Amino acid sequence: MLLNLCIVAIKMIYKDFGNYGANIMKLMFFLSDTYTSLKADCRKGEGFLEKDALLTVRGLHVGFRINDRFYDAVDGVSFTLKHNEILAIVGESGCGKSSLATSIIGLHHDRNVRVTGEILFGERNLLELDDEEMNKIRGAEIAMIFQDPLSALNPLMRIGDQIEEALAYHTDYTREEREEQVMRLLKQVGIPKPEQTARQFPHQLSGGMRQRVMIAMAISCKPKIIIADEPTTALDVTIQAQILDLLKELQEETGAGIILITHDLGVVAEMADRVMVMYAGEIIEEAPVQKLFMHPKHPYTRLLFHSMPQLHSKDERLHVIEGTVPSLANLPRTGCRFSHRIPWIPKEAHEKHPSFHEISKDHYVQCICWKHFYFRKGASNNAARR
Amino acid sequence: MSFMQVIDLKVHYPIRGGFFNTIVDWVYAVDGIDMEFEQGKTYGLVGESGCGKSTTGKAIIGLEKITSGKILFEGEDVTRERRSRTSRFHREVQMIFQDSHSSLNPRKRIADILAEPIRNFLHLTPREESRKIGELLEIVGLPQDAKEKYPHEFSGGQKQRINIARALATHPKMIIADEPVSALDLSVQAQVLNFMKDVQREFGLTYLFISHDLGVVKHMCDTIFIMYKGRFVERGTKEDIYGNSKHLYTKRLLSSIPATTPVGREKRKRARKEFEKVYEKMIHKAFDQNGRVYDLIPVSDTHYVSAPSARELLEIGKESEMGGSR
Ligand SMILES: Nc1ncnc2c1ncn2[C@@H]1O[C@H](COP(=O)(O)OP(=O)(O)OP(=O)(O)O)[C@@H](O)[C@H]1O
Ligand SMILES: Nc1ncnc2c1ncn2[C@@H]1O[C@H](COP(=O)(O)OP(=O)(O)OP(=O)(O)O)[C@@H](O)[C@H]1O
Ligand code: SF4
Ligand SMILES: [Mg+2]
Ligand SMILES: [Mg+2]
Repeated sequence: MLLNLCIVAIKMIYKDFGNYGANIMKLMFFLSDTYTSLKADCRKGEGFLEKDALLTVRGLHVGFRINDRFYDAVDGVSFTLKHNEILAIVGESGCGKSSLATSIIGLHHDRNVRVTGEILFGERNLLELDDEEMNKIRGAEIAMIFQDPLSALNPLMRIGDQIEEALAYHTDYTREEREEQVMRLLKQVGIPKPEQTARQFPHQLSGGMRQRVMIAMAISCKPKIIIADEPTTALDVTIQAQILDLLKELQEETGAGIILITHDLGVVAEMADRVMVMYAGEIIEEAPVQKLFMHPKHPYTRLLFHSMPQLHSKDERLHVIEGTVPSLANLPRTGCRFSHRIPWIPKEAHEKHPSFHEISKDHYVQCICWKHFYFRKGASNNAARR
Repeated sequence: MSFMQVIDLKVHYPIRGGFFNTIVDWVYAVDGIDMEFEQGKTYGLVGESGCGKSTTGKAIIGLEKITSGKILFEGEDVTRERRSRTSRFHREVQMIFQDSHSSLNPRKRIADILAEPIRNFLHLTPREESRKIGELLEIVGLPQDAKEKYPHEFSGGQKQRINIARALATHPKMIIADEPVSALDLSVQAQVLNFMKDVQREFGLTYLFISHDLGVVKHMCDTIFIMYKGRFVERGTKEDIYGNSKHLYTKRLLSSIPATTPVGREKRKRARKEFEKVYEKMIHKAFDQNGRVYDLIPVSDTHYVSAPSARELLEIGKESEMGGSR
């Protein structure tokens, strides 16, 4: 019977999500290191707490191979993440957010991916560490909540066993302690019947439950950095609020830095300290959250805010930014990458080689076109029909 | 005669465990719901994560076995027929799945993924087919060279757009869209939603729109179902739900919508926590002695709320005014 079930499970999984092979590998890495010396490692490295910067990324490029050439999806990104900070990353779908995140936890080990630049965590450049060293850091010190939970969970294992196995591997908890820990974690992320859920397989959970299982795993070791890639897309707003509060509490307790990738500007408004806006592989604006919401400057940022469905508006049509982002291989690599989407702004208004300017304290904007930008009346609403 | 009707739908899943892998428990994922759809309208399905929304959608199109209940499509009972792949029902009711990644075949190029439904149901020459695929890509805002690529080469949001394009390919009469835009940035989201409205106007499409984004639901939907633990706790027009909600859970949902400004967020958090306490104290009143959410009773022609009786409904409503309204 058990065998039968397995076969059915395997069949289902192959049918539905055949492409999980690579992800399973990732998962194995991820799981086996989620709990690395829970007790010891979480205490270690207190030294970092004295410095302000928790993570420093410099000149990061992440390129994918397409027909024997590499094309950068992340194209020269630099930023720092501070202690106790929630840094939100927003940006057009496909602009490189997940590629950036994945490169920080070192999961781009693939000959079709090229990562260059520096990712400094304390004294170490994460890009120079070998697999073994990286495995020690991943999970214990830097944890990631993946955008696609289904491919990051082991489809053939019950949820409870999955969390417990990792605990068994990395801690000296007794079986009972581990079981308790699993229940506590599941409860913390708002799973209503932890005992029942622990007995289920990933494909038997709802989208939001899978997402919460991932979150439970990510926070289990109280890591110093949590990278949350769209952590609440599958959650209703009440559980979303609960999860966001949980992340905040955890942060208050541990001083962790959180990188929060999301399309939901409401989540950004409620959570973030600082916001980076990405477009086509580059950061085009960066500011403390209040400033960004009150005074967005870059044309892309302003248009993005403009697209939000307003709870109180009666508008039949939503605002759309004209045109599309070209695919990776066709992306213009010089000059302004956004200019073709605001064709009513004259060419002379853009910098030839756009660079990052600090326009007020801690508020950075790429290029100078924002000074000349204005919304074009009416036209953009037709973009969807073309 | 309504376009489609769901009558007392139940989907219960067994949970197996123990040494002999016997049934040790049941999940009452969907536990007796009724829905009625008119052609050309958009219906929102909103609720707690895990309350049975995706299961409802999958049960309707025939991907989940139903435990009991009936589905009528244009007056015909299709409860059996809907599980056959070649039926008319299958062509005319399409679904956009919540997991954009796992619903695309990794070994197929995008052109083939989009061509599949076109070949099955429409009869086009290769040239027309290619043009059609190009059009679909343009509608969802993807570049033309996407055709030659495989799913893993796309970001989360890009994959979701391919799913949407595929669902639209055969001109269905109804689309069940499970979180169709939650992986998309606001601009592409706006583009897709505008497009969904356009084709609706043109072809009289009906949507069942499953979403956690209450802003999007408000923008899109005529009628909204609020689901909680496998049952409906409230059902009404957009105005009923957003302007005059009655059930405690609906109120809690509405009070948790994140504001789109960082100003005053500490204060909002406190108000939210306050309301949470009221909610915890009151929510047991939403269940009967068997722990089941009460049946819906009408408060107006369009507005239904789950409650033991009309009198008690009012009481719960009053007490829950205490916290949270924003
Ligand atoms: N394995 C790959 N091979 C080729 N191209 C890839 C690969 N993975 C991602 N890309 C491309 O790199 C770009 C960035 O992808 P990424 O997943 O980082 O986007 P994202 O910002 O996370 O988007 P989303 O918000 O939709 O998740 C996209 O154009 C995508 O098509
Ligand atoms: N194949 C299955 N076997 C057993 N239980 C299942 C199965 N599929 C779903 N469930 C359970 O049914 C319940 C409802 O799941 P469903 O996916 O419908 O929720 P949902 O409302 O779509 O949630 P979300 O908003 O998180 O996507 C959950 O408790 C889930 O664990
Ligand atoms: S100013 Fe013009 S060129 Fe510079 S980033 Fe903005 S749109 Fe691009
Ligand atoms: Mg992504
Ligand atoms: Mg779902």
